[in-house]
Amino acid sequence: MQASPPSLIADNLACRRGERLLFRRLSFKLAPGAACHVTGANGAGKTTLIRALAGLTTPYAGTVTREGALALLDERTGLDPDLPLGRSLAFWFGVDGAAEGEAIMTRLRLDALAEVPVRYLSTGQKKRAALARVLGQAAPIWLLDEPLSGLDTASQALVSALVRDHCAAGGIALIASHQPLDVPGMTSFAIEDFAPAEAEEEEDA
Amino acid sequence: MIAALLRRDLAQFFPFTGSGAALPVVFFVAVAMLFPFAVGPDANILAKTGGGVVWIAALLAAILPLEKLVARDIELGFFDQLKLRGMAEEAMMAVRLAAHWLSFGPPLVLATFPAAALLKIEGESFTILTLGLIVGTPGLAAIGLMIAALTASLRAGAALSGLLLIPLALPILIFGAGALARQDQVSLGFVGAISLGLVALAPFAAGAAIRAAREN
Repeated sequence: MQASPPSLIADNLACRRGERLLFRRLSFKLAPGAACHVTGANGAGKTTLIRALAGLTTPYAGTVTREGALALLDERTGLDPDLPLGRSLAFWFGVDGAAEGEAIMTRLRLDALAEVPVRYLSTGQKKRAALARVLGQAAPIWLLDEPLSGLDTASQALVSALVRDHCAAGGIALIASHQPLDVPGMTSFAIEDFAPAEAEEEEDA
Repeated sequence: MIAALLRRDLAQFFPFTGSGAALPVVFFVAVAMLFPFAVGPDANILAKTGGGVVWIAALLAAILPLEKLVARDIELGFFDQLKLRGMAEEAMMAVRLAAHWLSFGPPLVLATFPAAALLKIEGESFTILTLGLIVGTPGLAAIGLMIAALTASLRAGAALSGLLLIPLALPILIFGAGALARQDQVSLGFVGAISLGLVALAPFAAGAAIRAAREN
């Protein structure tokens, strides 16, 4: 789809939530095949970072440069709660032109749930459904916000496998999670390392 | 993508297919049904006041779906996902406006037939009333969409949207119901003009509102 290889570059990024500066001077560059694990305590700014990288919010300072389409997984599924899972996912598969929707649902062990309305799904099942949406999008860049939360051990291993496959195929994955993932060659940084010092925060505010 | 979104939105909001979306039409007919009981069966009084009642019922029916119109899809992250696929907020809101109007405008116009019979509105009055609703409801839908988008991130949004819609809908109501009182179709031109202006404005205002809602 895209002419140039995918890339995701953050340059001197700073974000705040409300009046509080969460992190600053955050720079990284992800090339094709790169996986990056962002760690940090709750409220440290992982979700804020992901939303800024996705271009959904404007960072307080710095720039995000991105080459290639982007898929986002966060705590919101984007799936209609009243529709059966199969139809709800079919909307996104249709929008994304994903032909192998059935195969994706089988891979995420969702095929038995196709007739169940989304609102009846458990947290882990919803998470897997959202992952199916991400897979169907076939975007070269993945932003996964807490992809492991609510998942059982088998599903957690599946997420690691999906990320491995994605990166092996030349994709980029940035994963914000406080749980470990089994992806070889994955880089990692803690978002707290970029949190402003107390004195500096007052100066910036 | 636009066509897929319109199909999905229509399925969400259209009466009898969406979740409880028949309510506005039922409400509309219920008001028309109750009014003769409240003021008595005098055909003269009914014919004189009935048109205004139908307009007020239409206005209130337009408020009913507002709570779900935008806020739910913001919570779902639905608009965010569309945004990542390169769709502009204005386009999402234009589609939503079309779906919202289609789901209550035409059903309301159809419901005018039984409502008019109950309220003894006949002949020229009926023509003016029906035409007025056809040109007026898009404007009501546009106001509703703007308000729903603006109040989507507020906690008391649903209650607020009803209050906000009423003053904004006054011009449509004045010209629409006024046309009935004076039996003149010229006022309907004004209703149409106001509607068109609102319809043109709404996607931009609502789009800006959901963009702003993301930033907090």
